[in-house]
Amino acid sequence: MTLDLKKIAESYKAKIEERRVIVCAGTACVANGALKVIDALKKEIEKAGISVRVDVHEENKNKKDLYLSKSGCHGFCQQGPLVTIMPENIFYVKVKPEDAAEIVETTLKNHQVVDRLLFVEPSDGKHAKNHNEITFYKRQNRVSLKESGHICPEDIEEYISEGGYEGAKKALTSMTSDEVCKLMLDSGLRGRGGAGFPTGKKWQFTLVNKSDVKYVVCNADEGDPGAFMDRSVMEGNPHSVLEGMLIAAKAIEGTKGYIYCRAEYPLAVKRVKKAIEDARSLGVLGKNIFGTDFSFDIEVMEGAGAFVCGEETALIHSIEGQRGMPTPKPPFPAKSGLFGKPTVINNVETLACVPLIMRNGAEWFKKLGSASSAGTKTFALTGHVANTGLVEVPFGTTLREIIFNIGGGVTDDQGKPMPDGFKAVQIGGPSGACLTPEHLDIPIDFDSVKAYGAIVGSGGLVVMNKNTCMVSVARFFMRFTQSESCGKCVLCREGTKQMLAMLDDIMNGDANEETLVKLEELAHAVSQGSLCGLGKTAPNPVLSTLKYFRDEYEAHVFNKKCPAKQCKALCAPEIDPAKCKGCTLCAKKCPVGAIEGAPGKVHKIDPEKCIKCGVCKETCKFGAVI
Amino acid sequence: MTGQTDAKLEQVCKIIEKHHSDGSKLIPILQEIQEVYRYLPEEVIDFTARKLKIPAAQVYGVATFYSHFALTPKGKYLVKVCNGTACHVKKSIPVLNAIVEKLKLSEGKMTTDDMLFTVETVSCLGACGLAPVMVINEDVHGMMTPTKAVAEIDKILAEEAAK
Repeated sequence: MTLDLKKIAESYKAKIEERRVIVCAGTACVANGALKVIDALKKEIEKAGISVRVDVHEENKNKKDLYLSKSGCHGFCQQGPLVTIMPENIFYVKVKPEDAAEIVETTLKNHQVVDRLLFVEPSDGKHAKNHNEITFYKRQNRVSLKESGHICPEDIEEYISEGGYEGAKKALTSMTSDEVCKLMLDSGLRGRGGAGFPTGKKWQFTLVNKSDVKYVVCNADEGDPGAFMDRSVMEGNPHSVLEGMLIAAKAIEGTKGYIYCRAEYPLAVKRVKKAIEDARSLGVLGKNIFGTDFSFDIEVMEGAGAFVCGEETALIHSIEGQRGMPTPKPPFPAKSGLFGKPTVINNVETLACVPLIMRNGAEWFKKLGSASSAGTKTFALTGHVANTGLVEVPFGTTLREIIFNIGGGVTDDQGKPMPDGFKAVQIGGPSGACLTPEHLDIPIDFDSVKAYGAIVGSGGLVVMNKNTCMVSVARFFMRFTQSESCGKCVLCREGTKQMLAMLDDIMNGDANEETLVKLEELAHAVSQGSLCGLGKTAPNPVLSTLKYFRDEYEAHVFNKKCPAKQCKALCAPEIDPAKCKGCTLCAKKCPVGAIEGAPGKVHKIDPEKCIKCGVCKETCKFGAVI
Repeated sequence: MTGQTDAKLEQVCKIIEKHHSDGSKLIPILQEIQEVYRYLPEEVIDFTARKLKIPAAQVYGVATFYSHFALTPKGKYLVKVCNGTACHVKKSIPVLNAIVEKLKLSEGKMTTDDMLFTVETVSCLGACGLAPVMVINEDVHGMMTPTKAVAEIDKILAEEAAK
């Protein structure tokens, strides 16, 4: 029996009217209490005598009943829990369980807006009623994230009602494998996991290798610290990933799929597993899908905490039950991958783009991006920026647009706006680089940033304000890659360790001119002498900060000063006489008795005795210790 | 052997059977075993290797390679302080230090003597919008400060004392 997607979509739509309250139930909103908000809303709605259902498929319910549903991540995590009221499309932020009664009374019963729960635009203080009035959303072009935050991620029928699985059906029932590969190639889709290799080409390479068993692996080992777009897609729209895998399987004649997801994302794992079960029982996974002779099934494998497993050969060994250590290529996975069989490995975001290309065509996708990089890219915008969250923009958008317009500008350490506070933005995670104000107007795509020693990578953008010490940022990434090095290549294993030690010397005031020369030399050696991407790119954060912030390194090395006043060993504290109230607290707390002063009088620190422990700075209530 | 260890070993056998004694399923097998013991005891590593007919060295190799596997027991409350980039630039280290100091722990000793707490750092929990983030067992706590973090620990200590 052929699966009738249109019928499912129609029957779903018949179950629902527009009246709906959507509460974001992504990881961050749940952490902020979204589940309690749902409970409180349900209670208040029932109390108000409104008939409500939390599951659209509930028996004996009327389609006019209010549907209180959960959604995946909206990518505006800092403002959570987020509540959307349909059909009015009112968007409430930072909703607490206590707000439920007012929402029900004012909005659901009287169709008025609760002003205090609206998002306030930081730039002009205006209240924004919905997504379209919020600059953060208005200036984005949400394509792969469009349905996240709207549909219920645990309801396969709703995904189908939005046109879901139509792409897979088209590929399976009316296209050849070659045609599917060609379509992806024509669309210009490039891998979103970091390297930006053309997806269609990857599929073609795998298709030509004949084998009875072939694997499609979804790389959901999103290990880059500061990147969470894959988590968001899996939590918000897991079926888009499954559909992408199904189309990939058709393209390469794949027989079995694996989703390798990091275990740090329990909610994503749960949602993907549920999606697989639902897809199986509906028949979009399993044997003879859509009445064809094509069969395909997917299994989830949880990672066990190794960053290097994001590298494809390491990931393969991990699924095979071994230590996740990379092996040389060739042989490429397209020829000999998982269990020695031809394997294609695609990233989550890449796979989520595939059904959309299938539905809307290659030309549509191509037109979205820049000349060399088609489509949109989701960036995880975090750090010292007013609006943190997921930002999906077409390739070719500038960093200035992302950070200052969509992101709302740079903030200080307390989250207050800090105009002129922009110092750097770290792009591409531990393999990436720090870019500076002079790079703000480069249109970002896979190729443009390479000229500046950076990569788009998985799309992490960490904004840093002027209080950030760039040496300590470089050290942070070095510490990360050093501890995540699998140990196979000597230069990666030992080199990163020595680089870390040198950075420590610089931060502790123990470095000299030679340290900087050696650090740079070793950085190039590690990059050349490592097998996989981890080692090859590990020195990038150091090299880019050395290039763009050399004066800061030199201040540490030659003047023994940390200009951002972050490196404790280099920051002799001083007391600002204008702010000191003479409360004596710092003098009491100082472990070496280096602070002198009578009560009510300005205190003074003896630099000879001071051990730079920073206790006085932490203790002072008046911010007088600088 | 006590009855409890027997029961646990039985669970291990069931886990291995569920995975058809397939060596390629070693990682999910060890993950499930760790859920039973909360760590991987040496004798269980040997036992698993024999059952799967692979060298114990291979099992040990996998168990030590991945950071989620623990060869020593962990506390009842696993406190994970995220030190991803976003959390780091938003001062996650002072949060970690405050917890370490509160629980009188030090580098190399991250489990309390009463086996109540184990403190770890993780590279990224993907909740960067809420940085800095801390997770206690399954509960995610966002926008942490040293004071808020210590308050969470105090809350657990009070709950435990009341038991």
